[in-house]
Amino acid sequence: MANISVTATLPLGARRAGDSLWQEAWRRFRRHRLAMLGACVLLFMVVAVLSGPLAYRVPIDEIDFRAKLETPSWAHPLGTDDLGQDLLARMLYGGRISLAVGVAAMLIAIVIGTAIGAISGHLGGPMDHALMRITDLFLSLPQLPLLLLIIYLFRDVLKDVFGPEIGVFVLIVAVIGGLRWMPVARLVRAQFLSLREKEFVEAARSLGAPTMRQIVRHILPNTFGPVIVAGTIDVAAAIIAESSLSFLGLGFPPDIPTWGRILFDAKDNLDFAPHWALFPGAAIFLTVLSINYIGDGLRDALDPRKVLGQS
Amino acid sequence: MPRYLLRRLFISVPVLFGISLVLFTILALAPGDPFEELATNPNVPAEVAQQLRQKFGLDDPVLVRYWRWVVSMLKGDWGYSFMSRVDVDTLILQRLPTSLWIIGMSQILGILIALPVGIYSAVRPYSVFDQIATTFAFIGFSLPTFFTGLIFILVFSIYFDWLPFIYRSDIAATGWRWAWEYLRQSIMPVAVLGLFQAASLTRFTRSAVLDVVQLDYVNTARAKGLSERVTIAKHVVRNALIPVVTLVALQIPNIFTGAVITEQIFRVPGIGSLLISAILSNDTPVVMAITFVYSGLVVIFNLVADLLYGWLDPRISYAGAR
Repeated sequence: MANISVTATLPLGARRAGDSLWQEAWRRFRRHRLAMLGACVLLFMVVAVLSGPLAYRVPIDEIDFRAKLETPSWAHPLGTDDLGQDLLARMLYGGRISLAVGVAAMLIAIVIGTAIGAISGHLGGPMDHALMRITDLFLSLPQLPLLLLIIYLFRDVLKDVFGPEIGVFVLIVAVIGGLRWMPVARLVRAQFLSLREKEFVEAARSLGAPTMRQIVRHILPNTFGPVIVAGTIDVAAAIIAESSLSFLGLGFPPDIPTWGRILFDAKDNLDFAPHWALFPGAAIFLTVLSINYIGDGLRDALDPRKVLGQS
Repeated sequence: MPRYLLRRLFISVPVLFGISLVLFTILALAPGDPFEELATNPNVPAEVAQQLRQKFGLDDPVLVRYWRWVVSMLKGDWGYSFMSRVDVDTLILQRLPTSLWIIGMSQILGILIALPVGIYSAVRPYSVFDQIATTFAFIGFSLPTFFTGLIFILVFSIYFDWLPFIYRSDIAATGWRWAWEYLRQSIMPVAVLGLFQAASLTRFTRSAVLDVVQLDYVNTARAKGLSERVTIAKHVVRNALIPVVTLVALQIPNIFTGAVITEQIFRVPGIGSLLISAILSNDTPVVMAITFVYSGLVVIFNLVADLLYGWLDPRISYAGAR
């Protein structure tokens, strides 16, 4: 088996002895040009929103009516909004929240999805059946209306408990994550069902490995590939979901200028200040596009069939 | 086929039941009172509010309330909108046709674009056409509908001044002129939603056709002398459409997400924009009812997908008939 895989992958780029599968995957990922480009753009975005506010020290809420609705200039690289607030500063600050929502919601989706998929695939039987029916049910829920309903009903409570910023953040992240775990659960379950019967798991079982160890050491690591791909796509979907909410005016409050929120404020001034809407919109689009390309590259890089050189 | 339909209908009942359970749980867990709006209104005396509470049975146990809610939803008694002062079902029935028109037209547009493009891409994989199509598909589903909508308004309404960007239900014209105006104002919302759908649909179609094209029976078809056109149209596409239909069915909840946003951008008087305005004015009965209508639509569209599935792959409808 090992012999076959080495000879088969050789023409693709020589798997050297001693390289781990992760290095192998990285080499394949690097060959996907658009995915690499996406990774660079995303890295640039992350660095910009993390270090930007430290370097670009313009306050996000400095109101200056003399400079309102200005197009980009040296004083305001991305222009200003209707209160004369600097758009670059607001976008750098809001980008942190937009990206953080994406990553946090993805983590929640993956944790719930993996747990449910693992339980379902491992136990089988009536438990599996029940969990899969619940998964199907969640898949047929209309996401945005439900998201709006939950936020509408619970926003005020969480605001009182955690304060306006963290309260809304927790709510949005939890709800977006809680409505996106189903594909991960299905993937993990499918992997469990096939891996459970594989020889190496059987070997571990016959060597006396307890159930927990079989799952955590032997089965779970083999599900990482598809889960990582699904998680990448989830980050993009969560960013779009948060932006949609904010765009409808039902996400973050105006003092937390996420990209979607800036678009919401900008949309009524489209005819005389298009730059106000175009910059945050382009930021969302570029981020999501990059993440989607990265997902595509990861799918190629982590595909186990390609690792074995059989495709 | 009728038995298959009946079986699918039977399966969707528990789904609707589950959805109603989820919705009601959310409502029951929610803090505050759905009738707070009424209770805090100074024009409503305290005893009237109390009477209303008793009439609607707000102090009963949860299970009783759930049962009553389900029964009244089934009877079509969906409550009373606090804001518009009309029955919720009348309000929704007024708005629903517009929403369905936009969603339906955009689905048709999406399919009309995606099927030919996806099939052609898969037949000539990695050709220039395929690469351009794939790039556009990636851009298409990375562009959120709200941004596409704003760009369309910017380009077609503000810059070129070709299309109206506000959807009006009261067009002051009759006959052909009315139809023309109606069509003209539908173009942008339908295009925004349809192009978004087309993007992911193209990807699905491409990979499904790509899987089928390599199969042996396709070579057999070619070998017995069928033209390429007939091979693709009759032998490949029908089989490739089976997984596409599944994926489209899974996408249906996403379509409604896009629809809500599109309606809001272009001020289409459909149930999506009604949902937003109901949320902004704390109109709980309307919010609940619309969320339920969306869930119902998802179930109905899934049923349609199931039927298509049974038609495309007769084995499925026969399997249960034994």
